[in-house]
Amino acid sequence: MSEIIKKFLYLNRKAPYGTIYAWESLEVVLIGAAFDQEVRLLFVDDGVYQLTTGQDTTGIGMKNFSPTYRTLGDYEVKSIYVDRDSLESRGLTKDDLVQIAWEDWETEEEIENIVEVVDAARVSELMEESDVIFSF
Amino acid sequence: MKFAIQVNEGPYQHQASDSAYMFTKAALEKGHEIFRVFFYHDGVNNGTRLTTPPQDDRNIVNRWAELAEKFKIESMTKDEGGNEVVQTELVVCVAAAQRRGIVDEGEAKRNSKDATNIHPRFRISGLGQLIEGAIQSDRLVVFGD
Repeated sequence: MSEIIKKFLYLNRKAPYGTIYAWESLEVVLIGAAFDQEVRLLFVDDGVYQLTTGQDTTGIGMKNFSPTYRTLGDYEVKSIYVDRDSLESRGLTKDDLVQIAWEDWETEEEIENIVEVVDAARVSELMEESDVIFSF
Repeated sequence: MKFAIQVNEGPYQHQASDSAYMFTKAALEKGHEIFRVFFYHDGVNNGTRLTTPPQDDRNIVNRWAELAEKFKIESMTKDEGGNEVVQTELVVCVAAAQRRGIVDEGEAKRNSKDATNIHPRFRISGLGQLIEGAIQSDRLVVFGD
């Protein structure tokens, strides 16, 4: 769709519910897949809650959109990073997060889980390496 | 430099829209190019022509429209008949607009609504316009929480 290929970083900073930022950010990622860019997602601060398993929204009457994250591998997303400090300061570990698989349909290359926990230095690098940061 | 601007917050409630306006105005006055201003989340409320602030306050919606008019924040495109036409590049996200009741004639017809409220200097379009703005510009600058 475009001859220019840029490194996109979607920076997710907000809890999944309480505000609409997380859900509408996910919508940008899904639509953006059609543009064949190099896409990475980074979750920091309360944004790490977006990837937690066992979300139950029945008490707040809102749609539970967490299953959508598991399909991101089908939307041109090959790398998902989670900030370690944000996880640890909320009492969470990698075991609390969904696993997201990725497969290249042409080469049949498979990655079982593209979710990676990274330290603050890597978070800085990821931002530095990106051409565009979509901040939500 | 060529900029794309993203506005994520509604007018008056939040300073993001004012800051985005001032940044855009300053960039244009310095001779930079604004490829597109994209309104997302509650930012779509910057595009209603029905806003009526008190007389001694700034009119945020009209101010955007006047800036777009003065500095030609617009592009050339082709209409259905293949004729070249000018389109505004103050773009309101359709998905966010539908949730929040920002409506143009096309949307009113499609969703059987009895009114429209989009300001004529704004247009409603898809999220692809944000992605395209990020690809085509040197910088995407995001305003919001």
